[in-house]
Amino acid sequence: MRDVAVVGFAQRQMKEFDGSPTCVELLVPLFAECYEQTGWTRRDVGFWCSGSSDYLAGRSFSFVQAVDAIGVIPPVNESHVEMDLAWAMYEAWLKIQTGEVDTAVVYAFGKSSAGVLRRTLSLQLEPYTMTPLWPDTVSLAGLQARAGLDAGLWDERAMAEVANRSLTDAEKNEYAVRKGGSSVEELLARPMYADPLRKHDCAPVSDGAAALVLAAGDKAREVCERPAWIRSLAHYIDPMSMGTRDLTHSPSAQRAGAACDLDGVEVAELHAPFSHQELILRSELGLADDVRINPSGGALASNPMFSAGGIRIGEAAKQVWSGESSKVLGHATSGPALQQNLVCVLASDKGSES
Amino acid sequence: MPRTLSAPVTVAFDYTRSTGPVLGRFLSGLRDGVVVGGRTSEGKVVVPPPEFDPVTHAATEEFVEVADTGTVTSWTWVPEPVKGQPFDRPFAFALVTLDGADVPLLHALDVASPAEVETGMRVRVRWRSERKGDITDIECFEALPEGGTGSTVQARETVDPVTGIVVPIELDYLYAASPEESLFYTSLSEGKLVGQRCPSCGKVYIPPRSACPADGTPTSEEVELPDTGTVTTFCIVNVPFLGQRITPPYVSAYILLDGADIAFLHLILDIPAEEVRMGMRVKAVWKPKDQWGTTIENIDHFAPTGEPDADYETYRQHL
Repeated sequence: MRDVAVVGFAQRQMKEFDGSPTCVELLVPLFAECYEQTGWTRRDVGFWCSGSSDYLAGRSFSFVQAVDAIGVIPPVNESHVEMDLAWAMYEAWLKIQTGEVDTAVVYAFGKSSAGVLRRTLSLQLEPYTMTPLWPDTVSLAGLQARAGLDAGLWDERAMAEVANRSLTDAEKNEYAVRKGGSSVEELLARPMYADPLRKHDCAPVSDGAAALVLAAGDKAREVCERPAWIRSLAHYIDPMSMGTRDLTHSPSAQRAGAACDLDGVEVAELHAPFSHQELILRSELGLADDVRINPSGGALASNPMFSAGGIRIGEAAKQVWSGESSKVLGHATSGPALQQNLVCVLASDKGSES
Repeated sequence: MPRTLSAPVTVAFDYTRSTGPVLGRFLSGLRDGVVVGGRTSEGKVVVPPPEFDPVTHAATEEFVEVADTGTVTSWTWVPEPVKGQPFDRPFAFALVTLDGADVPLLHALDVASPAEVETGMRVRVRWRSERKGDITDIECFEALPEGGTGSTVQARETVDPVTGIVVPIELDYLYAASPEESLFYTSLSEGKLVGQRCPSCGKVYIPPRSACPADGTPTSEEVELPDTGTVTTFCIVNVPFLGQRITPPYVSAYILLDGADIAFLHLILDIPAEEVRMGMRVKAVWKPKDQWGTTIENIDHFAPTGEPDADYETYRQHL
């Protein structure tokens, strides 16, 4: 295996992007930041991979227009996934493993506010017996939250604690769409929205884009003082049907975690768009109580479709670059009620020895 | 005033899907007023039946009729239903394990408030009177009255099995133009054609783009272009299609405006289709000013200027 590190990260997150869903306007400055962080030009990038969806954009081939932001003369080596940035990163990591390239920029973008996000996401469900009922994202998460509440695996207070900590941490995150903690009591006093969920239990609909820079071996050391080396990377999927899996668990998250070396992880950025999902993930990944969760505020503060998972990895990498942590975890989810889970463990040179 | 122009857009398509034998069996059952589950290798009865066994991956072959009464195992309130959901007023989504099944089925539960639902509540299927073999043949679940039994449905008909379904998908957006595209459309409403020049390579794009596709540099300098240009390539449309506004044959062409580095698509009229050619010089024919809006349709079409054809060399880079 080649040593590959995350050496660059840029993001934009907002409540409503007043511009084209192709998001070229957001991507150009993101790439400029990546070039500044690495000292590269676009010609130093061996591979590009993007994550986006035409269902979100409301137009065909939205990812083709986005390529304008790269500039393609001379031609670039480029790919696309209809998945979150974290999976675009997985493809780029594999591409680097092949030895064909040494460097990659992966990016993702989405304008969720152009349509009704929780409705649009019904199209990722089983198309015969689910999509015709248009079960929205919030409802599916509500069924999952209720199952855990009924089973006594968590309570409303534990959910509110997650939300309060996230909104408090989000105060330090300039990109957070929703921020400002109060108290668990105050949150619990707020009205139910989609019973058993209150609004602060659900990630805000967010627009945005993000980019990660990957480099192998010496290429990473050249451009980054403390590269965040990818020590483990794993992705598993649970069945799509809501009836055949125990919604209070996430076997795919458990398996992804088990496939990684989680020993000594100090910080975990978990992609949990609903408060109870963080509780499931912490349990399935077996994270100890002293692991710091989501210092960025996490997805409850801001959850731009197609970049929010990759942003978790970028936020985790920042912890390594700054020297605050030597071993961190970034997680991304996709599909209804934590159906798909990707775990990425990053470590500094020091953290890699442990 | 918003920074950009935007307009509502609806994207719609009726997906036709073949069901295969397992889902076909399930949906045929619904049409006949019966819920059919599949038995897995572990002996569980699963509704809807999985096409393949979750453990052995063998095709599901054993089918079991289950009751249309059952128990709520989880539920969530839907305070603001979205278009296409079973109800357009608040309702609950529920997971219901039907009597005789081992795992729950997702569907709507018709209750007036969250106070009327609880996990463990007994419910029954409310069948639609006109059933056609899809999941909405179950209108919803409803509370099972004390001492009540399953729903009474009409006698089962013997008809062909369900082999396909049609799922209409319709998505509504507010589609925004980029600032550069907004400038282009606003200028059109004033009868002007405005593009942008790339500061790095000097190329002029119309409509303007947020970045030069050749080098990724944001374009900034506005360039007003004339409404004359050259046909770089074209096609004669002979095939009728839905929504066609002109009777075929007619010509769609790429037109390179004088001073532009990218051609755009428009109509060539006022000339027999067979006489249109590469290099032909054309000029915009604008609609009457009182019909102008923020749209390229302000130009009704392009028509020949009568000038000699442009040299191939002047547009060969743009093919």
